[in-house]
Amino acid sequence: MATFADIPIRIEQPDAEPQQFGHAVPILNEIRHALARLAEQGETTRIDLGAMPFGPGDEARLMALLGQGEVAAQVDALGPTRIWETRFAGVWVLDYANVDGERIALQIEVDEVPQMLRAPRADMTDSLAALDAALVSAAADPAADPAAKSRH
Amino acid sequence: MATSKTLGESLRQHGVSRRGFLKFCAATASMMALPPTMAPAIAKALEQARRPSVIWLSFQECTGCTESLTRSFSPTVENLIFDVISLDYHHTLQAAAGDAAEHAREQAMTLNAGEYLVVVDGSLPGPRANPGYSTIAGISNYEMLMETIEGAAAVVAVGTCAAFGGLPKANPNPTGAVSVQDLVKHKPVINVSGCPPVPMVITGVLAQFLTFGTLPELDEHGRPRAFFGQSIHDRCYRRPFYDKGRFAETFDDEGAKAGWCLYRLGCKGPMTYNACATMKWNGGTSWPIEAGYPCLGCSEPDFWDAGRFYKSLSVPTGAPGDLLVTAGAVGAAVGVGAGLMSRQQSKHAVERHDTVTADQLEETL
Ligand code: SF4
Ligand code: SF4
Repeated sequence: MATFADIPIRIEQPDAEPQQFGHAVPILNEIRHALARLAEQGETTRIDLGAMPFGPGDEARLMALLGQGEVAAQVDALGPTRIWETRFAGVWVLDYANVDGERIALQIEVDEVPQMLRAPRADMTDSLAALDAALVSAAADPAADPAAKSRH
Repeated sequence: MATSKTLGESLRQHGVSRRGFLKFCAATASMMALPPTMAPAIAKALEQARRPSVIWLSFQECTGCTESLTRSFSPTVENLIFDVISLDYHHTLQAAAGDAAEHAREQAMTLNAGEYLVVVDGSLPGPRANPGYSTIAGISNYEMLMETIEGAAAVVAVGTCAAFGGLPKANPNPTGAVSVQDLVKHKPVINVSGCPPVPMVITGVLAQFLTFGTLPELDEHGRPRAFFGQSIHDRCYRRPFYDKGRFAETFDDEGAKAGWCLYRLGCKGPMTYNACATMKWNGGTSWPIEAGYPCLGCSEPDFWDAGRFYKSLSVPTGAPGDLLVTAGAVGAAVGVGAGLMSRQQSKHAVERHDTVTADQLEETL
């Protein structure tokens, strides 16, 4: 499917300082409060950046202020979700895209590990059954098991 | 037709993992303008949700609202249309035509009696108007609406035409157009106004009904507060310039280039309640004010008759209008009050239905 990025347009901006609308710093303050709650009481927070009245440049400024930390991950489920820890440990950015690569949500999660990266408990139960089935089929068909083959 | 399968079952059958489902719920929370912490509650409710049947009626409209809806993001909208809701009747999107299409509508009404949603876009000639202005399959719009809503759980009026009469109802209203809420008195009516409405707002309202089976809290114009609770002006990123009294005077002056407030170019943001400032348009790319264009007030009743688009809050003449212009000029002194005041004036203007000449407007500037 064609996306906006495919439309060949060139934006001509007058030479000017990047615009500042001053909406990044208040969010940073909100994140500061959330991080204090996580550090002191273990309370997690999610902030939906889609609900913020950002002007051009505000999101880029916030992201620049947050920077990039040590951890980055991608979850491929219903399209890619890029997740990275900011330079402030415990503050994560989650950039959700659909299968066409278009953003569907942008959130800040203040937590030890983002919820999205934890294996869902129900999935672990399903995995246990799948692993058991894999073991049973490996035992029943040693030919399909390269380790078993080398033992012969 | 609506199936008895729950959404959770249906998504898993389509190979959607639990993480994918969590993501769907995060996007849905954002779409419903709910805090992200609601995602688990949404997940729980959606897991058990059943696909509601939706009958979409298009009357005196331009198809812009449907265009808007189909520009909503995937996967949300495609899931909504194909997995989550059962869109049983929609002129533009359905394959069936003629008698077969009308039959589909009647069948959906019988099979889902008392439970289906009716979505309407477009206004319709009122009961005393000539029905010949707008008919479908030989049935007048009025007759079709009244017959279809009989077994409906609720009616969603999508777009300013369905919600408030819109362009067809604008002076001199040649077709005797009325809105859905003018006619439907015994069923809940949710107005999702806008010309067209923000696509995510349309899907957000449908998602709320689907998720919680409840109708959203509404404002005085029957619009969901979650999306229409704050004015464009209150959420506008140019607001700091308004507060400092910095206004673009023309579309290409230094102020316009620097992104100053568009109030003096006719911005109706202070009297307009809609979600554009945060949800934006074209998949969150931008929105009219970000593109340097003043808000026209398209989600408000009778905005077509509220004066010219490029004149500073072009409510009709009189002291309140003058006051408002002053308010804009001094900015911070009145701030939010200007929005409330202008909304009130707009209401009075509509009631009085005053006409405004270009000269009178010039005088107010
Ligand atoms: S008048 Fe319009 S451009 Fe100015 S701050 Fe209000 S909504 Fe934004
Ligand atoms: S900015 Fe104003 S006129 Fe434009 S779509 Fe939003 S509410 Fe309508």
